[in-house]
Amino acid sequence: MATGVAAWLPFARAAAIGWMPVANLPMPIAPTEKNKRADELIILNVSGRRFETWRNTLDRYPDTLLGSSEKEFFYNEDTKEYFFDRDPDVFRAVLNFYRTGKLHYPRSECILAYDEELSFFGIIPEIIGDCCYEEYKDRRRENQERLMDDDEDKKDAKLPNMTFRETMWRAFENPHTSTMALVFYYVTGFFIAISVLTNVVETVPCGTTPNTKEVPCGERYTVAFFCMDTACVLIFTVEYLMRLFAAPSRYRFMRSVMSIIDVVAILPYYIGLVMTNNEDVSGAFVTLRVFRVFRIFKFSRHSQGLRILGYTLKSCASELGFLLFSLTMAIIIFATVMFYAEKGSTSSKFTSIPASFWYTIVTMTTLGYGDMVPKTIAGKIFGSICSLSGVLVIALPVPVIVSNFSRIYHQNQRADKRRAQKMQKARLARIRISKTGNSNAFLHSKRNGLFSDALELTSSTEEEQQLSKNQSLLESQHHHLLHCLEKTTNHKFADEQCYEQSYLEGALHSYPSRSPSFSSQEGMTGTCCTCCSKRNHGPFPNSSMPTCLLTNPPSHTHPHHNLQELSTIHIQPLNTSRSSLNMLVDEPARPNCQSGTITTAIISSPMPPATTPEVDAHLPPTGFALQNVVKVSAM
Amino acid sequence: MVLEGMELIAIIVVIGLFFVVFKQFGVWEPLLLDESSDCELELSAVRYQPEGLEQLQSQTKFTRKELQSLYRGFKNECPSGLVDEETFKTIYSQFFPQGDATTYAHFLFNAFDMDRNGAIRFEDFVIGLSVLLRGSDTEKLRWAFNLYDINKDGYITKEEMLAIMTSIYDMMGRYTSPSVRDDDPSEHVEKFFQKMDRNRDGVVTIDEFIETCKKDENIMASMQLFENVI
Repeated sequence: MATGVAAWLPFARAAAIGWMPVANLPMPIAPTEKNKRADELIILNVSGRRFETWRNTLDRYPDTLLGSSEKEFFYNEDTKEYFFDRDPDVFRAVLNFYRTGKLHYPRSECILAYDEELSFFGIIPEIIGDCCYEEYKDRRRENQERLMDDDEDKKDAKLPNMTFRETMWRAFENPHTSTMALVFYYVTGFFIAISVLTNVVETVPCGTTPNTKEVPCGERYTVAFFCMDTACVLIFTVEYLMRLFAAPSRYRFMRSVMSIIDVVAILPYYIGLVMTNNEDVSGAFVTLRVFRVFRIFKFSRHSQGLRILGYTLKSCASELGFLLFSLTMAIIIFATVMFYAEKGSTSSKFTSIPASFWYTIVTMTTLGYGDMVPKTIAGKIFGSICSLSGVLVIALPVPVIVSNFSRIYHQNQRADKRRAQKMQKARLARIRISKTGNSNAFLHSKRNGLFSDALELTSSTEEEQQLSKNQSLLESQHHHLLHCLEKTTNHKFADEQCYEQSYLEGALHSYPSRSPSFSSQEGMTGTCCTCCSKRNHGPFPNSSMPTCLLTNPPSHTHPHHNLQELSTIHIQPLNTSRSSLNMLVDEPARPNCQSGTITTAIISSPMPPATTPEVDAHLPPTGFALQNVVKVSAM
Repeated sequence: MVLEGMELIAIIVVIGLFFVVFKQFGVWEPLLLDESSDCELELSAVRYQPEGLEQLQSQTKFTRKELQSLYRGFKNECPSGLVDEETFKTIYSQFFPQGDATTYAHFLFNAFDMDRNGAIRFEDFVIGLSVLLRGSDTEKLRWAFNLYDINKDGYITKEEMLAIMTSIYDMMGRYTSPSVRDDDPSEHVEKFFQKMDRNRDGVVTIDEFIETCKKDENIMASMQLFENVI
């Protein structure tokens, strides 16, 4: 529970007296505080800087180091204080988390140091407040990119047993690894340049022949140019085939941009070979030759700068797209206005709105060729407005691209918000797992409580009773409160899964059954298929709650700790569950267990499936222990 | 030169654009209704200080230390010294994650906010708590009656009780066993009225209420449940 809320728990409990006259059943006994201490100040000495706080403040998060008995390991008897040999600056943020319930990320700290401190004190980074979370994630990402770059450098190390194919691929990707690769690199580069040059020179007029007209060089020295072209295309073809051969995943290689460019660059030649000198298709053939210019893009394998530029343009594609859209809007508006304004004047060049497009573009980009000029006064007025606004609109994207070149993400752009929303979802999902883990903590502890009562009759082991006492006082009080509510209304809280299973036989369809059940940071997973498979066995004879949650056979554990999936699935149903209490109860569709592929990450404990309630009853404690790891501190 | 239709419109548009540009640069402000200081939380502008410790000690049955620790928790969550209804609902809802506690929180808020000014001050908070935790049985029952009596007219009608009951059932949420049917609250209200309404006049007065509750052992026992909360 959050900080301040913990302070209001006594209030909530006192307010429960409002339920009493309404209830018909006797209430459960309240948990007592054994050795209730008066609140005292404790001193935390972090590398010499002394922090003082109330003991209650630290007790708010019993799953962290400071909130649990783990801090006793750091107690210094002589000075009667807790000494931590850690960074006092970061500790400020940590302690403020206890005080205010919000964890902030100090921007001046290195991300790795901060992460280490958080993990030392047992705090999960996902609860960083919204104000600082973006910054934290950004830094994290930069750090990972840096690590990836480092990894790439390391990739050059030659592995001992590389096949010829792998060697070749490595040579292609990293030319400086061997001399042969370097030679190949330069040769291809040279031929690309030659090819491009050839294409350019081909069109230059090359002096006159005796029959009057100037012909371009290409037609004068046809054979020479043809030989050059052939040689280049041969080289490129050989290179492409070699790359195709060496690629680890041919399908992926063929889909990559560079290979498509390669293909497009050499295809016109082959098509030209195949086609005859048919007059009809020669026009199309000429067009194909345009694609030869794509060979220049092959240089991007040789130039890091080109790649960065391409990446930048790709990353600010949305900004560019928006710019283009707004530009198009402006062009259409001004073209229309200009057309109608100039309609009256004689011999106007503005013959139609599309014809005015040209004028608008030329004016907005401040080119002003002067081939189309407005003659009426209204036309001139609008023309000037057009050019003024053009300056503004065109000038907008330049700083964006520039800043993106140095720092890819831009805070106020839409792409960022979308990405932030995704991160938000993932983060909310993790917090929600822990939170709903808390709400199920109550159900759990209830079962635990019932079970421990039952156990008292039989011989019980020490550990299991120990575990039931491991609940903090705060939690036991909260659970007592919820218990009183149950008694008041004479209904019990149930877990969603069991609810669906027991009472809505084939009713709900929309839940790919996320269960807000136990989560630990290890992210163990299970599926809904277990529920479905149990459903196939027919309703349980005594379909009480304990049986369903913990009977996840290990064979169903999915190894993905992929919380991204979790996020997308958890969020929608959880959002609806709280708000719309009268949900689609009467849908007769059968829950689609076949869609179990995307269904969630529920947690399964690595326990053998239980078939009888008695055996089941032994399972809760261990499950509870596993759950105990992280639930409350997330709030 | 004669202004044709299109040119006239053109000029009007241009003049309009000029105005827009001027407004943008703040050169010319048309009559703006002054809503700019957009009533942000009036509460945050106002800071409220509670009465002194001695006064509160005399008004409630808490010790000095208890009052201190209560105030620390209160002030931590509401630095302005006042709790408005939205904050109250948020706080109270966090204790009942599976259901919707906002309606009941609304009733609770009205029960605590004795001077009906829309905000709970620390005095209201502490006085209410004092009644609930340290008061006599009669006082507690009186408080509960006050909570149920939504319009504070001294009578609990069936509609009021139904509203309260529905809000309590709402807190349970969807996932209960057995599941909450739509007429569960009304049944519960019927039972309640059968028990409480002595003279069958359709309303429960405070005397009927206190008298019936005192006769019920369960209720009396549960009144003592939260003695040691603070």
